[in-house]
Amino acid sequence: MKRSIFEEKVFKALMYAAIALVMFFVASVVLSVFKRGLPLLSWEMVSQLPGGGFYMGGGGGFLNAIVGSVYIVGGATILGLIISIPVVFFLNVYLKPYSKFGFVARLAYDVLFGIPSIVYGAFGFTIMIYLGLRASLLGGTLVVTLLIIPIFIRSMDEVAKTIPSDLMEAAYSLGSTRWETIGVIVRQIAPAIATATLLSIGRAIGDAAGVMFTAGFSDRIPTSLSQQTATLPLSVYFQLQSPSLEVQDRAYAAAVVLTLIVLFLSISGRIIMNRFSRNKIQ
Amino acid sequence: MNIFHREPKAENRTHFSVDRKFPHPENLRLSTHALSVYIGGNPILKLVNVEIPKNKITCIIGPSGCGKTTLLRTFNRLVDTIEGVKLEGVVMLGEHDIVRAAASEITEIRRLIGLVPQRPCPLPMSIYDNIAYGCRIHGISGRKKLDAIVEYYLRAVGLWDEVCDRLHMPASRLSGGQQQRLCLARSLAIEPSYLLADESTSALDPISSRTVEELFVKLKQDYSIVMVTHTLRQAKRIADHVIFMYLGEVIEEGDADQVFNHPRHELTQQYLNGAFS
Repeated sequence: MKRSIFEEKVFKALMYAAIALVMFFVASVVLSVFKRGLPLLSWEMVSQLPGGGFYMGGGGGFLNAIVGSVYIVGGATILGLIISIPVVFFLNVYLKPYSKFGFVARLAYDVLFGIPSIVYGAFGFTIMIYLGLRASLLGGTLVVTLLIIPIFIRSMDEVAKTIPSDLMEAAYSLGSTRWETIGVIVRQIAPAIATATLLSIGRAIGDAAGVMFTAGFSDRIPTSLSQQTATLPLSVYFQLQSPSLEVQDRAYAAAVVLTLIVLFLSISGRIIMNRFSRNKIQ
Repeated sequence: MNIFHREPKAENRTHFSVDRKFPHPENLRLSTHALSVYIGGNPILKLVNVEIPKNKITCIIGPSGCGKTTLLRTFNRLVDTIEGVKLEGVVMLGEHDIVRAAASEITEIRRLIGLVPQRPCPLPMSIYDNIAYGCRIHGISGRKKLDAIVEYYLRAVGLWDEVCDRLHMPASRLSGGQQQRLCLARSLAIEPSYLLADESTSALDPISSRTVEELFVKLKQDYSIVMVTHTLRQAKRIADHVIFMYLGEVIEEGDADQVFNHPRHELTQQYLNGAFS
């Protein structure tokens, strides 16, 4: 066998091995969670608030955590998009390609990207104490927004940088102002917006540390922004701390719900964004 | 305007006049006076004086790197996108001084001077929105008006019959030649007086290229066309007026017949004979 063909075979085998390894981890995590959680997952679990002594084996469910997580993640995603799309637009359309300000701004987002969520939580908590606020749905949403903005910006910016200059010139030559090219840009980077949104939702919904101090925990569904709210990761955490095996199993049931929500959002996000991205120019 | 190939069907006819949406300044003349362009301190154009004749096809020819494209892009101020560019002299379009135009004036100048790019570049939208986009940003709205405009200009470039049943399909799915005609229709829809074509047929196959070329010839009764071309044969086929440039200077300018058959300048003679390119 020739050397080049042999090399190709070896590396192909290595790639297959890597793929198999990743798939093995995904499958084993999902399987172990579903195996312990699925038998306990009942309609009661997802449709009821925790009853008395729920965390010690009492009746009820964790609807409070499901609704709380959806509120926080939904709010943070919308806020994050509203803030980060203009930032990406400014970085790529208003700034010159080698602008120093752009370099500093991108570096700052890279640093923010790497900050662990517990630091965001502590930071949010400090500000809230300073302002005399208590843990609330609003506080949790804002901290999670801070957490996901760097993800939004970095993943959209990478794609926005590759927008062909022909396309910008086409828009300018029709008499667009720089601001008016936003319609063109958003359509062109729609697939990146979808990916960024999915990444952000995944990070936001699974985050426990950021919301621990800032959103608090509650057995009820919040009816205003100033009330404390439960979240799924914290619900999992509190139930896992219980000495009772049955309550620990319920934690897995909550984890199953968490996984299913992420799966549902990912798939529907892809479908919706595919409709917007079909116009993209190569 | 007389660029309809065919009367629209009776049910499609509207009372809205598609070809007069914007105020039309009379006698717009495009000319430069002592125009110099520097990029990063290097002179790219040196004291260029040209006048673009009305309702004719003006071809700018010359070896590569002679500043043809820069001159073209100065007319609609697309040179602004280049880092470190500096303009001197005067470029007049009617009453607009293009070199000293403020940002708001530039958008108006760009409306009056359409561009057909080198490589077809549709906007990332449907065929319909590609044409409606320019109208929308210049304040034309309303479904009926836009429908009429889209049909009118797609017919003007001979694309209507090919795409009329899939107007809401992404423009990127059209073939290269169709995309280029769409780009032309998109520019025409905002009623420019001048059309700039930067080697607009060089990225197309021979048949599409011929179609686009024929369109330009047809369009010159309503528009003044400035075309940069690398193919002398194309220039000889369609040019009415020729500008020959060399190293950032205009060497010779004049009637196509005169420049091609009786060039006054030695350099022009050499270029036409293929001594350099």
